[in-house]
This record gives sequence, C-alpha cells and structure tokens, in this order.
Amino acid sequence: MQTFGQQLINGLSLGSIYALLALGYTMVYGIIKLINFAHGDIYMLGAFWGYYVINGLHFNFIFAMLSAMIFCALVGVLIEYFAYRPLRHSPRITALITAIGVSFLLENTMTYFFSANTRNFPQVITTVTYHVLGLHISNIQLLILGTACLLMLLLEIIIKRTKMGKAMRAVSVDPEAAQLVGINLNHTISFTFALGSAMAGAAGVLIGLYYNSIDPLMGMTPGIKAFVAAVIGGIGSVPGASVGGFLIGLLETGVQAVGLSAYKDAVVYVVLIVILLVLPAGIFGKKTKEKV
Amino acid sequence: MKANLKYNLTWLGVMVLVFGLIDACEFLGIINAFIENMLVTIGINIILATGLNLIIGFSGQFSLGHAGFMAIGAYATGIMTQNMATPLGFYLSMGVGIVIAMVAALIVGIPTLRLRGDYLAIATMGAAEIIRILINNFKITNGAAGLFNIPPLVTWATVYVLMCLTTIITVNFIHSRSGRAVMAVREDEIAAEAMGINTTRWKLIAFVFGAGTAAIGGSLHAAYIQTIAPGDFNIMASIAILIIVVLGGVGSITGTFVAAIVLGALDTILQNFGTLRMIIYSLALILIMIFKPAGLLGNWEFSFKRFGRTRKEVPTHD
Amino acid sequence: MTSPLLTAQQLVKNFGGLTAVANVSVHFDQNELVGLIGPNGAGKTTLFNLLTGETPVTSGAITLYTDQGVQSLNGKRPAQIAQAGLSRTFQNIRLFKELSVLDNVRIAMTNHYHDGFLASVFRTPKFYRTEAAMTTAARDLLAIFDLTDVADQPAKNLPYGTQRRLEIVRALATKPKLLFLDEPAAGMNPEETADLTRLIRQIQRDFHITIVLIEHDMSLVMNVVERLYVLEHGALLAEGTPADIQQNPDVIRAYLGDEA
Repeated sequence: MQTFGQQLINGLSLGSIYALLALGYTMVYGIIKLINFAHGDIYMLGAFWGYYVINGLHFNFIFAMLSAMIFCALVGVLIEYFAYRPLRHSPRITALITAIGVSFLLENTMTYFFSANTRNFPQVITTVTYHVLGLHISNIQLLILGTACLLMLLLEIIIKRTKMGKAMRAVSVDPEAAQLVGINLNHTISFTFALGSAMAGAAGVLIGLYYNSIDPLMGMTPGIKAFVAAVIGGIGSVPGASVGGFLIGLLETGVQAVGLSAYKDAVVYVVLIVILLVLPAGIFGKKTKEKV
Repeated sequence: MKANLKYNLTWLGVMVLVFGLIDACEFLGIINAFIENMLVTIGINIILATGLNLIIGFSGQFSLGHAGFMAIGAYATGIMTQNMATPLGFYLSMGVGIVIAMVAALIVGIPTLRLRGDYLAIATMGAAEIIRILINNFKITNGAAGLFNIPPLVTWATVYVLMCLTTIITVNFIHSRSGRAVMAVREDEIAAEAMGINTTRWKLIAFVFGAGTAAIGGSLHAAYIQTIAPGDFNIMASIAILIIVVLGGVGSITGTFVAAIVLGALDTILQNFGTLRMIIYSLALILIMIFKPAGLLGNWEFSFKRFGRTRKEVPTHD
Repeated sequence: MTSPLLTAQQLVKNFGGLTAVANVSVHFDQNELVGLIGPNGAGKTTLFNLLTGETPVTSGAITLYTDQGVQSLNGKRPAQIAQAGLSRTFQNIRLFKELSVLDNVRIAMTNHYHDGFLASVFRTPKFYRTEAAMTTAARDLLAIFDLTDVADQPAKNLPYGTQRRLEIVRALATKPKLLFLDEPAAGMNPEETADLTRLIRQIQRDFHITIVLIEHDMSLVMNVVERLYVLEHGALLAEGTPADIQQNPDVIRAYLGDEA
C-alpha cells in the first residue's frame, strides 16, 4: 500500500507537467484544428530560459517561472504569426508539416547554439522531503502539484469568466460566426497561443527543478505524451486535458513501478492507438461527422 | 500495345544509359568512395521516398511511421546475413524483411487507417516508435547497441538496380486500375465508397506496398553502411523521408527523384556544417509549405508520352 | 405489376434529439422512375444516405430483391451497397477533381475488372488485355453521353453542367440496378435542365434501371417521374402519380403554406 501511495504521488507530480503541456495542445487544436508539433519545444525553451535566468541573473524560482511564461508566450505568438497564420486556410496536412518544420527548427537552433549536451538545472530550491503517513513527498513535488493546479484554475477562470475566454470558446465552435459577431479572430488565436505557450513554459521550469537535467531534445517525447493526454481527455476540452495529463503521468509511473521501464514510452503510444480506435472523442470530447 | 512498348523501351534505355555512365565514372576513378556513398544514399532515399509518396501522395494517407518499416528490413538483413554472408543470404534476408514489414503494416494499418489526417500521422508515428522501442529491447537485435560488421553484400550496382526495379513496380502500380482506385480514395473517400471502392482495403494495399519498399531500403542500408542501431530509425528519420517527398511534390514521382538528388547533394556539400544544415532544412521546409506547398514539382510528372499531346490534356493514368 | 427492387420499412434516423427521418416506408420497383420531393430540410438527402449506407439507420429495414435472392442492406457499408447494385450522385458534386474524366469513369468500373497485383505490377499480357477492355468500355460510355471531347481533361476544369453530367455517367459506370440522383438540376438554367431531362429519359430508355430522383425543380420532376413521394419534416406526407400529388391539399399546404 505504501508503494502504491508513493507511486500515486510520483505519478500525479509527473502528470501535472503533462497536464500543463496538454492544455496548450488542446486549446490550440480546439481553435485552429492544428496539432502544434512545436509545443513540446516551447516547453524546452521554458526550461532553458529558466536555466539561464537563474544561473546568469540569479532570479529566484518565482521570477524564473513567471519570466519563462512571458517569454514562451511571446515565442508562441511569434510562431503563430509567422508560420501558422499564413496557412490558416490551407489543408491541415500542410499546416502539420509546417509545425514539424518549426519543431525541427527550434530543436536544431538550440542544439547549434547550446550544444546537444544535457545540462544540470540549477537547484534554486533546496529539496526537503516530508514524511506523511509513511510516504515521502518532496517540497518540489508539492510545488509542482500546487503550481499546476493553480495555473489550471487560473486558466479555467480566464476561459469561463473573461471576454477573451468567451471569444476563444466561440472561435472553437465556429470561426466564421464568431467573426460575424465582431470577434477579432487574429487576436483571439494569438491569445490562445500565448496562454498555451505560457503553460508550457511553466511546465519547462518545473520539470527542470524536478528532474534536474535539460537538453535541446527534451521536448519531443513529453510533447507527444502530452498530446496523447489531450486526446484521452478529449481534444479541445480543457478539463479533459488536465485529467488526461494526470492519467498519463500515473500510467507512466505505474509502468515503471512494475519493472517495464524500458517500455514506458511504448505503452503510452499503445494507449494512444487504442483510444483513437475505441473512444476517439476522448473522455470529455464531442464527436463530429462529415455532412454528405 | 505498340505505343506502350516504345515508351517502356525508352525508359529501359535511359536506365541502362545512366548505369553505364556511373559504371564508367567508377572505372575512371571520377567517383571516389565519398561520392559513391552519396549516390548510394540518394538511391536508397529514392526507394524510401517513392514508397512514402505512394502512401501520402497517391493514396492521401499521412503516414509518419516509415522509419519503422525501414528498421524491420534493416534488422532482418543485419541479423540473417551474420549467418549467411552470401548474396543469396542477402536477398533471402531482404525477402524476409519485406514479408515481416508487410505483416507489421497490416497490423498497424487495419486499426489506424480509418483515422483522419492529423490523427493518422500521430498514430503511425507512435506505431513506428513502438517498433523501434521493441527493437531496442530485444536480445536478438542486440538492443540499443545495434549491429556492427554486417557483411558488405551490397554494391552501388545492387542499389541502382533495386532502385530502378522498385520505381518501375511503383509506377506500374500507379498507372493501373489499382493505382486509380487508390487515387480515388485520396480525392474523395465518400464518393469512392459510393462507387463501390472499399476504401479501407485500398488504403491498406497502398500502405502495405509502401511498407514493403521501405523494408527494401532498410535492407540495402544495413548491408551497405554495415552498422545499424535503433536510434537510426527514430522520428527524425521518418521526417527526413517526408521532407524529400514534400519538397519534390506530393504525388509526383519525378519530384521525388529530383528532391532526393538535390537533398543528397546538399547533404554532402553541407556535410561539415553539421547542425546548421538541419536548421537550413527546417527553415526551407517551413518556407516551402507557406509559399509553395505543392513542392518543387507539384504533381507534375515527367513522361515521354508528353511529346505528342496537346497542352490542356492531363496525363490519363494508363 | 412490376416487381419490387428495393424496399425500406419504417426507417427512422435520429441525430441526438433531432428526428431527421420518421418512420418512412418506401419501395422502388424494377425500371421505375420515382421522384422524392419536399421542402428543404424534409429529410430527402438523409433518406438517400440511409439507403446507400452513408448514414447508419436508427431503426428500420432495408431490403434488396435481386435474381440472386433477397438481401438485407442494413448495416452494410456504402461500398458493399454499391457493389450490390445501388449507385448515386451527390447534392454537392463529388467528382475526383484532379483526375481526368476518363479516370473518373474507369474508377467506377474498378470492381468489374480484375487484373491482379502481379499482373499490373509486372505488366503481363493479362494486364494489357484488362486495361484495354476497361478503357474501351469507359470510352464507349463517354461517347454515349457526349463526353468524348473532354475525356482527358481534369474533372475540375469542366463547366458546371458537364460536371453534373459526368457524375451521373460515373454512377452509371458501376452498372447499378438502382440509380439515386440527388438534386441533379441544382444550379442549372432552363436550357441545362432541359438537357438533363433528356439525359434522364435516355438513361431510363437505354439502360433499363430504376432511377430515384430528389429534385426541387418541379418542371423536371413532374415531367419525367412515374411516381412521387413527398416528405415533410422527416415523415412521408403523400405518395402518388404527379397528377395526384399536384392536387393533394396537404402537399400544397406544405409548399405554399396555409391560406390566410
């Protein structure tokens, strides 16, 4: 029972990261029907930003994370403006290939300028382990869980209670109708990218703290897993992405716990294929059919 | 029939001519080991990209998992030729690789090919990763360390001939009743179904066909380069082939040839630029998608039949 | 008394809370020309989609009667239903746009010729024979309907009326027993509609198949069909000959509204 509880804590901590990433995927897909391949790389940029501002400018954790969020939001908006906006009316495949191109570009640019070596993320918060009910939980894990939940709550509030949030929801349902009622499509889409990328940036800093190592290719696999999480939750659904993220985190930790570490990534891919076949709309999603 | 014969003989003539040209250059020492390496890589890439073009361009299924099938071919050869280091052994291993790749394609394709465009891409990518992770963990494949000292049973001539063969087979497939059925699925699935075409079956046929050719490419790669590791067949590898297909023009075999040659040459020229080369490629990919998404050649196809047709006609696929 | 070819009993289609087709029973007999009319949103295209398999039925039975016996079409996918002998055109023209006119027609013949994978890939004589037979049959069909001149043009380059004609010819190429035409005259001027009327009559005369026609253009419908179904709000409102329907007070009310 103890190990189970322990794995639960580990799984939820990891899951928080995936949830934050999945939110970005789901929001962007919901609004422009694009799988933003480069999303995982924005997360990587967040981690690197955190690394440099902590080491170079001696920021504390809060400033590092907040500034990373702002930086990533900017990058996200720029990417949307230059790479995706011109393709808004192109076939989805073209946009997907472009997203792949952006992802490649970010990864290789970072590798070129900063080398492919892993770096150690600065230990800006000293680890303290608490013992509760016989389980170990570190302050870092609490921080991750807490921050992620706070951000998710903030996101929920923005989407449900603000004007921009309403605009985002409207554009997700019908972009043309939204424009007809006076919603500025470009602003709304940019805002969505900014929000999603900010979440990814926060996740990047958090994972740097948690696992201590960062490298230019760190965004690829978590990115795909976060996408799987978004699909499980129902792509386009914000609560779905959160739930999906936690589920994937728990799944991955569980697979490691039973000794199949080598296959932990493969299991996630299998889950993706199964979900796409059995429940393509995900847990919270809606099914749409093409009109003949 | 007569016109076809003349047309086919012309192509055969071109292939023999080019072979002779390369052979002469080899003999005269114009082509050194370095350039030969480049030519062989181009040849293998043409095989891989043609198969992928069939899947993406002609049947309209966005598959990002090509590297997985290539890996199957490579490892089949790598494993089998260690005990059978003869040309026969090589071709046998290639045959085994093709069969296993096709079975794998069936297993992957049957559930995933009913998915829509972007979901299909992720699912096939996931499937290729599953294959790679399995290879990474099996004893027979030597896990992450890979296989070394694979017997060098392949020369540039083998690659050239197989490249010609697979291209001929692919082009023949396209210009037939099967090719048309596959293209109908690409054009409009609902209409194709309404005309009695079982779209799942035809998508599978194209997918399995493509996987088979990928295995051929993999086998050749293993036997020529002599070292393979699971890391050679990751997502980046699939995307590298995708770049060739997209750059050349999705749906144009001629474009695939042109793109493979251009990229192969660029790769060699920019060899010393390392990562900078990849940055240039990614930028190029983005720019092409924004400004000329149809690729260099769109779906234009070079044809000897062109000489003797009026401007407005479109190549009817016969 | 003609024999029944296709019957549908108590067809129901619900989309969530919306009932698009409500307990509709229809039958189509051999060599008939039947019309299906009704105001927009009445469920006509949905009924077509149910019969041809694009949309699964919520409940009801669809049965096909052929020389080989009686066959239930429930739950079959569109390709199977097409192979059983039902073919159709679409409200929004679904041609294979990038492919040539000839290819569009040859594709519809895919299941009637078999060349085999090895034969096509290695170009055996069997391949050339099959290919030639297929192409000849396709060109013959094109010739009947005056499409020979444009045979090698991509379908997207054709003028609108010709595209509609091609779509019908393509559907014919599947050698159907039953041909469903979904608003073939949509967007046509009176001259084109007259051509279409002649075309439909020609098909009925020369091909001896059953034709079911959804149309809004009353001049076309009333002139060619032998029998009519009228749908309103998903339910069958009336059935009869054109003359009957034109006098039917319910039908008049459905189209023109109640008199004040």
